[in-house]
Amino acid sequence: MEDIILLSHGSGGESTRKLIEEEILKYFRNDILEELLDSAVFNLHGKTAFTTDSFVVSPIFFPGGDIGKLSIYGTVNDLSVMGAKPLYISVGFIIEEGLSFDEFRRILQSMKLASEECGVKIVTGDTKVVEKGKGDKIFINTAGIGIIEEDLDWRGRKIEDGDLVIVNGGIGEHGIALMLERLGVKSGEEVKSDLAPLNSLTIPLLKSSKGVKFMRDPTRGGVAGILNEISQKYHIDIEVYEEEIPIKDWVKSASEILGIDPLYAANEGKVVMIVSKDEKEKVLEFLRVHPLGKDSRVIGEAKKGNGKVYLITKLGTKRILDTLKRDLLPRIC
Amino acid sequence: MEAKALIESIRKISKKEVNLMEFCGTHTHEIFRYGIRQILPENIHLLSGPGCPVCVTSEEDIDYIIALSENYDLGVITFGDLVNVPGSKGSLNYLRLKGKEVRIVYSPLEAINIAKENEHKKYLLIGIGFETTAPNLAYTLIRAKEENIKNLLFLSLHKLTPPAMKAILDMGEVKIDGIIGPGHVSTIIGREGWKEIFDEYKIPFVIMGFKPEEILYGIYLLVKILEDGKPALVNAYENSVKEEGNKKALEIMYRVFEKGPAIWRGLGLIENSGLVLRDNFEEFDIRKIYPIKVASKKDNLCRCGEVLRGVLKPTECPLYAKVCTPENPKGPCMVSSEGTCAAYFLYGGE
Amino acid sequence: MCLGVPLRIREVKEDNTAIAEMGNSTIEISTIFTPEVKEGDYVIVHAGFSITILSEEEAKDIKSLLEEMEE
Repeated sequence: MEDIILLSHGSGGESTRKLIEEEILKYFRNDILEELLDSAVFNLHGKTAFTTDSFVVSPIFFPGGDIGKLSIYGTVNDLSVMGAKPLYISVGFIIEEGLSFDEFRRILQSMKLASEECGVKIVTGDTKVVEKGKGDKIFINTAGIGIIEEDLDWRGRKIEDGDLVIVNGGIGEHGIALMLERLGVKSGEEVKSDLAPLNSLTIPLLKSSKGVKFMRDPTRGGVAGILNEISQKYHIDIEVYEEEIPIKDWVKSASEILGIDPLYAANEGKVVMIVSKDEKEKVLEFLRVHPLGKDSRVIGEAKKGNGKVYLITKLGTKRILDTLKRDLLPRIC
Repeated sequence: MEAKALIESIRKISKKEVNLMEFCGTHTHEIFRYGIRQILPENIHLLSGPGCPVCVTSEEDIDYIIALSENYDLGVITFGDLVNVPGSKGSLNYLRLKGKEVRIVYSPLEAINIAKENEHKKYLLIGIGFETTAPNLAYTLIRAKEENIKNLLFLSLHKLTPPAMKAILDMGEVKIDGIIGPGHVSTIIGREGWKEIFDEYKIPFVIMGFKPEEILYGIYLLVKILEDGKPALVNAYENSVKEEGNKKALEIMYRVFEKGPAIWRGLGLIENSGLVLRDNFEEFDIRKIYPIKVASKKDNLCRCGEVLRGVLKPTECPLYAKVCTPENPKGPCMVSSEGTCAAYFLYGGE
Repeated sequence: MCLGVPLRIREVKEDNTAIAEMGNSTIEISTIFTPEVKEGDYVIVHAGFSITILSEEEAKDIKSLLEEMEE
């Protein structure tokens, strides 16, 4: 049965060797990986950023991408928001017995394209196969290494009263698109994840402006989650203006249909940044000419305070914007 | 801004101290989301009634679902609202831990697809919701019958809003001066669906929509009625609500369901307040196929019932925010995103 | 208990379903409760079903309601 992945493919024997050399290597070929040693060996010069993430998304193919693409872009983005040029990635597959080779190859191809687009090399990896029922088709872990040029390291820049909160475009797309998919709601083409690699945006931005004091990608927990993290970590209040938050029309409608607030839905192609007021024009100008920043907006500002996030509603009233306290579930009521 | 003009108009005429109760989870949510209590004059108090069908689901019903799924190996199909409501053993999430399937759907029609795609599995579709939602489930069962679906069973937890409203008004625990009428329940039952209650209690009643301006306008009308002293039943959501409601939806609903008794958390057993399956749909009726007597351990500490009746503010409950939080809810008012306690918690209400 | 959002009908299909617009995207809904629905109508959608066709005089707008109130 050559068309599905079996336990033997993960046992370390002949099947595993074949899987790596005849399948995986075909897609991830590069000089370091081809050595196929227990560790990838290379030189690094400079301040090094190192990150890891595991991807368990379901369904594994979704509008706007798949788990493979997500595993590369996700890790690239974690490096990019730190100002690190992403260089090397490791990949760990945990495959549930029974995954079709067709689906596996589609994922590998996706990862190949994604890593080429970001200019990263997949230099080491591991593959395990678990029994049917002990996984969910496929889980992927990626870890990434990058180098931060000294003047791009924003850590240590102090966030102050009056600094602005900027986001590079519409929020909630990934989370809401996936929710619709999982609920079996048939929707049109525009409904898709915002999955995208941010390195071509963040690194040049940090080069062009020293006014960027903080960057983070709002994945799980959404923009509201990140803002609460920032306010608590830096002991400041953040005020966000409901009318200023960019949200695509389909996201707005879908969020009302499902009863899910886009401020809590995941994003995979967005960055929330804190920028000094006097650099606002420069930063917005830069962002808006970038394909991933066309809809950039100032959505709020930092204020002296205790670590709370407030939303100024379109009515002009002020309320707390707390973190998500439970699973994000659609509601009828 | 229109809201400002509306607030001005309300302030101009509002003199009396009044309590207005809403009976719709979305109204609870939106009132908090837009901070409407903040901008209303202090003599107007907004109370949340049992408008959230999840919040009024009894512990016994959750325990029953869990027992059914475990004993008869049923996958459960439900709306997201119900998944975190605690029973005495735990919520439906407990079923996942036991290896049972719990599927969340947006439209109940999706249950038919799930049943077709998994013919070797049996599923229990939970019918939860008031009059806005029950027709959707009714139609789903009509389709399931037409398509001869054999692996789908149904549990009705559907409840009707007027009986709950009547029960709260009869209890007289809290002075209710006016009712904020639920916009979408009214879309189904029409303005005429409230005539009986209005005629009996002569209580000012305004059906309103959900945008903040619509809510403020509706409150303005209620205040005007109260200041004038002439009770009226007003439809301020004419765009969506007709005098007779949606006859087609009601016809389909009553083709599949009939009125029966229901247990409401916080209110107890109310006759003719729920919807039960008619005999000609009994092949789907789980209560007839697998009746189980479930003994529930009552958690007396949760005071959701009093919150639902408007006699207790969440902040007055000893469990609130200390023991009972959205991550660790002790009752449905904290679980459901429309629950009063959850809304207070999320939006920092006082 | 009302989560319902107004959507515009883009296309009415045969089997009591329709395609409704969600921004510039779409979702498929059941129109069994609003059989007389036409392309271009606005409906309230709840849990996958349209439950009413919104009437044309899209809420005499709040402005004119306020003017009425002044009388």
